[in-house]
Amino acid sequence: MRKLLSAYRLLIAVALTVVSAVAHAQLSIEITGAGASRFPVAIPVFENEGSLPRGVTDVVRADLERSGLFSLVDMGLAAFPVTAVPDMASIRGRGADAVLTGSVFQQGDGRYEVRFRLFDTQKQTELGGLSMRMAPAQNRAIGHKIADFVYEKLTGQPGYFSTRIAYVVKSGPTATPRYELQIADADGMNAAAALASREPIISPAWAPDGQRLAYVSFEAKKPVVYVHTLATGQRQVVANFKGSNSAPAWAPDGQRLAVVLTKDGQSQLYVLNADGSGVRRLATSPGIDTEPAWSPDGEWIYFTSDRGGSPQIYRTSSSGGSAQRVSFEGSYNVTPRPSADGTSLAFITRNNGRFQVAIMDLATRQTTILTDSARDESPSFAPNGRMILYATDSGGRGVLAAVSSDGRVKQRLSVQAADVREPSWGPQSR
Amino acid sequence: MKKVLVPVLLSTLLAACSSTGTFDQPAGGAAVDERSQGAGAGAGVATVTAPSAAGSGIAALTDPKNILSKRSVMFDFDSYVINDEFRPLVEAHAKFLVQNPTMKMLIQGNADERGSREYNLALGQKRADAVRKALTLLGAKESQIESVSLGEEKPRCTEATEACFAQNRRGDMLYSGEF
Repeated sequence: MRKLLSAYRLLIAVALTVVSAVAHAQLSIEITGAGASRFPVAIPVFENEGSLPRGVTDVVRADLERSGLFSLVDMGLAAFPVTAVPDMASIRGRGADAVLTGSVFQQGDGRYEVRFRLFDTQKQTELGGLSMRMAPAQNRAIGHKIADFVYEKLTGQPGYFSTRIAYVVKSGPTATPRYELQIADADGMNAAAALASREPIISPAWAPDGQRLAYVSFEAKKPVVYVHTLATGQRQVVANFKGSNSAPAWAPDGQRLAVVLTKDGQSQLYVLNADGSGVRRLATSPGIDTEPAWSPDGEWIYFTSDRGGSPQIYRTSSSGGSAQRVSFEGSYNVTPRPSADGTSLAFITRNNGRFQVAIMDLATRQTTILTDSARDESPSFAPNGRMILYATDSGGRGVLAAVSSDGRVKQRLSVQAADVREPSWGPQSR
Repeated sequence: MKKVLVPVLLSTLLAACSSTGTFDQPAGGAAVDERSQGAGAGAGVATVTAPSAAGSGIAALTDPKNILSKRSVMFDFDSYVINDEFRPLVEAHAKFLVQNPTMKMLIQGNADERGSREYNLALGQKRADAVRKALTLLGAKESQIESVSLGEEKPRCTEATEACFAQNRRGDMLYSGEF
């Protein structure tokens, strides 16, 4: 019987592997709100792009348009070779304040060279350009790089189109659900499962190197913290103490993690090395302390605590010491996540029974609610601080959504027939 | 096999991709590096399948006529106190643990789905801890029992109604071999 059972399990395991190879439904992104004044930019098709199996220009256009900060000015099919300075007055006459021109050159070795230049049609000046060599399959990666270049030149902030996101997809029957920790490009393409499990996975957190993720998996029938190297699939248990182990947060140095352990009583904050060694208690409180997040300078750890009777946001020095309360309005403020420049804090607030994404200016402590939904969770800043990715609910199904830090630009990311939750936006690629 | 292939594929792609010198690039322009120009996220990710735990029981623990087959302690909203109606159940399990000192127990605390997953994990822990404390006060050894939380991740009932939420605020007792 036992033998039969394990043979059956093996069969299931094989079946699962096959399924995982084909069933990676892509995240589809829908824009539900745009910036008030969008920057008009012309991106004519790169000259000789037809020599590439899959184009680059469409990737650039889609990235910029999805950001909500740009509107595309149609230039028809006219060729704008990179070797020539375009007629900026006429382009400006069609309403574009900037134009991106580019050409594709086929190399002898099956590779391609893409050259592009960006012009300001108002000042009639060139803003810069680049030349990049690529294999045909790299059209999306190159397109994201070009979109990052344009975004940075025109907004003054780094783009986020070459970054990756992590999230958890729950699918299958209620009695035997399947959980996948998926990694995708920031535009939802190229989704791949880093981990597949029959048990829940929560709280993925990107290491600052963008190569590793910490997360909580329940595969041992209890929450255990793992660190997972994406390229190799190598996993290491970093916290599996008696009780629950959860809420991993990377220190900016990538060497340490803050975690929540219950080994000495209720949920409390600890810091340990990324290999699981050197555990030390960070704070001692009479209530729950959870959801730690480091400030980008490594000085502070923001966290949620109910020590004052209701869950509120506090911060403590990362070297220990007393905690300061950060949130005061309302009776439920949780999941603090500082922006990469350390000036603002995204979090979830309960507002008339609805859980919504809020942002706090840390200098003035002024708080703004950014969403009008009711079941928002797990906010996560884009590396440049312009967008906040979060989980919410749409018709009873978990979806991801993104909102700009000024609340104007709104997007929804969903996977058909599955629940998507626990998003985490990866760091800027270096 | 898959695990080996993927990194090899990735490094081939990376080798096939490099930036040449920039042209017309003013100072402070966007840098293009090799690492970020892989063929996308999918290429750099190897899929791992997590193992599932086995599960089996002991006759007395699964006999529906025996109180020991009942394993759930339900809690009121925002409460971490064991209600009187569950005292006989907790007492029976404490007695079983005292009489079977080699048996171990895992108590899984649960919370309803409203609010943050990690905060709900902490609330589920408080419920599991309440059951653990009651059992140890009744004579079970600390070393026999581990209390953990599943937070809102394993709801017994999945509708967004108050009746459903109530079923999800509970502590479940599992014995050796069942976890």
